[in-house]
Amino acid sequence: MLVLGIETSCDETGIALYDTERGLLAHALHSQVAMHAEYGGVVPELASRDHIRRAPRLIGKALADAGLEIGAVGAIAYTQGPGLAGALLAGASLAAGLGVALKVPVLGVHHLEGHLLSPLLAAPRPEFPFVALLVSGGHTQLMRVDGVGLYELLGETLDDAAGEAFDKTAQLLGLGYPGGPQVARAAETGDAYRYKLPRPMLNSGDLEFSFSGLKTAVLNLAKKEGPGATADIAASFQAAVVDVLAGKCLAALTRTGMDRLVVAGGVGANRALRARLDAEAGRHGFTVFYPPLDLCTDNGAMIAYAGALRLTAGAPSDGGFSVRPRWELAELEAVPVS
Amino acid sequence: MHLLAFDTSTEWCSAALWMDGRVIDAAVHAGQAHSRLLLPMVSSLLAEAGLTLGELDGIAFGRGPGSFTGVRIACGVAQGLALGASLPLLGVSTLEAMAEEADAEQVVTCLDARMNEIYAAVWRRDPSGWQAETEAMVCPPAVAPLPTASGYVGCGGAFAAYPEILARRYADLLTDIRPGLIPHARSIARLAAPRFRAGMAVPPEAAEPVYVRDKVALTIRERTMGTRPGGNTHGTGMSA
Ligand SMILES: Nc1ncnc2c1ncn2[C@@H]1O[C@H](COP(=O)(O)OP(=O)(O)OP(=O)(O)O)[C@@H](O)[C@H]1O
Repeated sequence: MLVLGIETSCDETGIALYDTERGLLAHALHSQVAMHAEYGGVVPELASRDHIRRAPRLIGKALADAGLEIGAVGAIAYTQGPGLAGALLAGASLAAGLGVALKVPVLGVHHLEGHLLSPLLAAPRPEFPFVALLVSGGHTQLMRVDGVGLYELLGETLDDAAGEAFDKTAQLLGLGYPGGPQVARAAETGDAYRYKLPRPMLNSGDLEFSFSGLKTAVLNLAKKEGPGATADIAASFQAAVVDVLAGKCLAALTRTGMDRLVVAGGVGANRALRARLDAEAGRHGFTVFYPPLDLCTDNGAMIAYAGALRLTAGAPSDGGFSVRPRWELAELEAVPVS
Repeated sequence: MHLLAFDTSTEWCSAALWMDGRVIDAAVHAGQAHSRLLLPMVSSLLAEAGLTLGELDGIAFGRGPGSFTGVRIACGVAQGLALGASLPLLGVSTLEAMAEEADAEQVVTCLDARMNEIYAAVWRRDPSGWQAETEAMVCPPAVAPLPTASGYVGCGGAFAAYPEILARRYADLLTDIRPGLIPHARSIARLAAPRFRAGMAVPPEAAEPVYVRDKVALTIRERTMGTRPGGNTHGTGMSA
């Protein structure tokens, strides 16, 4: 079955074609980052307008890349939530119209489930069960994953998400938006040991996170040290985040007794984080899995894939269409997956 | 020629099938439920006519102005249907559709644009069709565009949202006021038919809403310069 994936929950228009026999055949992406940069953050109405303008063209591109016609699509998966209501509706409308025209099932997919399952698109792919660290612009969560739809939240951030901390730090350091890649780049030439920044909640004994204090520490440091210290502050900040994320992952693996860790979401692209987790994996005897680098941030492939898993397990088509801007992962139903 | 038309730009959801001049249509007060109602409405019209999407020659949709989300639902569904069934698309102005719906020769069309503004245009029908005497604009109701003479019919939800202001503004220029009139899909279909024949339709990836309110946020630069949103709009807000 060929599944067309449509992701429009925030500021990336993602389209992909995933075939249950042949794997990922194409994925096309348009990032609105440059458009929103002028405004200093995502403007929801502009995001929605851009999705409706780009999505049909991206579908054409994905089909061309895969050498397929639209008639080959056997099902459609779209991001139903969580996300920006208007942005979600742009993708949902397109999906629903296509579904009626092609007479194929249309399924709404949970954006975070997409992220969570995206490491399964890489080889080697992790077997269930595993511990998942979901670190993106909007989320920082540790989860126990026993199967598709079987998600137990082990801990999450009490305030800012890790990606958000990267973005805000970049802003404080005058590094532009989105901040993750910029801070990471600046950190490459910096001294991570120059400043001792706090490791919030590292030894709290639970699996919760907090990043807003770190942001304040960066602010004070930046004020005190001035622009000359940017690279060292970026490196020290990144080291603090990596310490906390790695420490909590180890704690989660110990607590659950598992030996597989899966990392998903935009911050999962961070090289320092990957290097650290790889090192810990060697030291402590667990295996760590990442999505392909280009599938860490929002994309259509993860939506097509999560949709494909649910559809092959017999999930019913949605019929009309709806969006769920607020939607907890825990509300998802489990599906058997062979 | 067989055309499908629909509109979700207001609180109403309407759809119509044009079959060589014969029209069947449906409309419901949808509130916020357009996404649930539109496609079933389309399917039941097709079933009633015994047609499939593949037997159509094109799809027309209310391109705006109107509710931002509403015009995107219409545009997105139209794009999806057209991509899947290989059909051309044509967006029709919701204000022109109201003029067409009014069954008059001279019409002032006003839709509520929220944030104390309206979308408005003034229309006159001549042998070649509707001529916009003033282009679609977004403005406070107190400065709504005026016709140059009397004898116009005032149409659209803005006359219900701002009855006093608009009554004062138009004083005795209007012979009749119809606040309940909507950009009905049957009028969109009637306007679209000759345009499809004239080859004015576009492929789905080229179809876009026309929002009219185009300045929806201030850039960092505009904020630091203390700019007020300019151009043809007065809004600073994010939604309509
Ligand atoms: N190399 C990197 N290092 C650190 N952070 C990064 C890197 N690349 C991207 N990020 C961060 O990842 C985030 C974007 O990730 P993603 O697209 O998965 O999340 P989102 O769409 O913002 O949020 P969500 O998916 O939770 O709604 C941003 O905060 C960005 O700064």
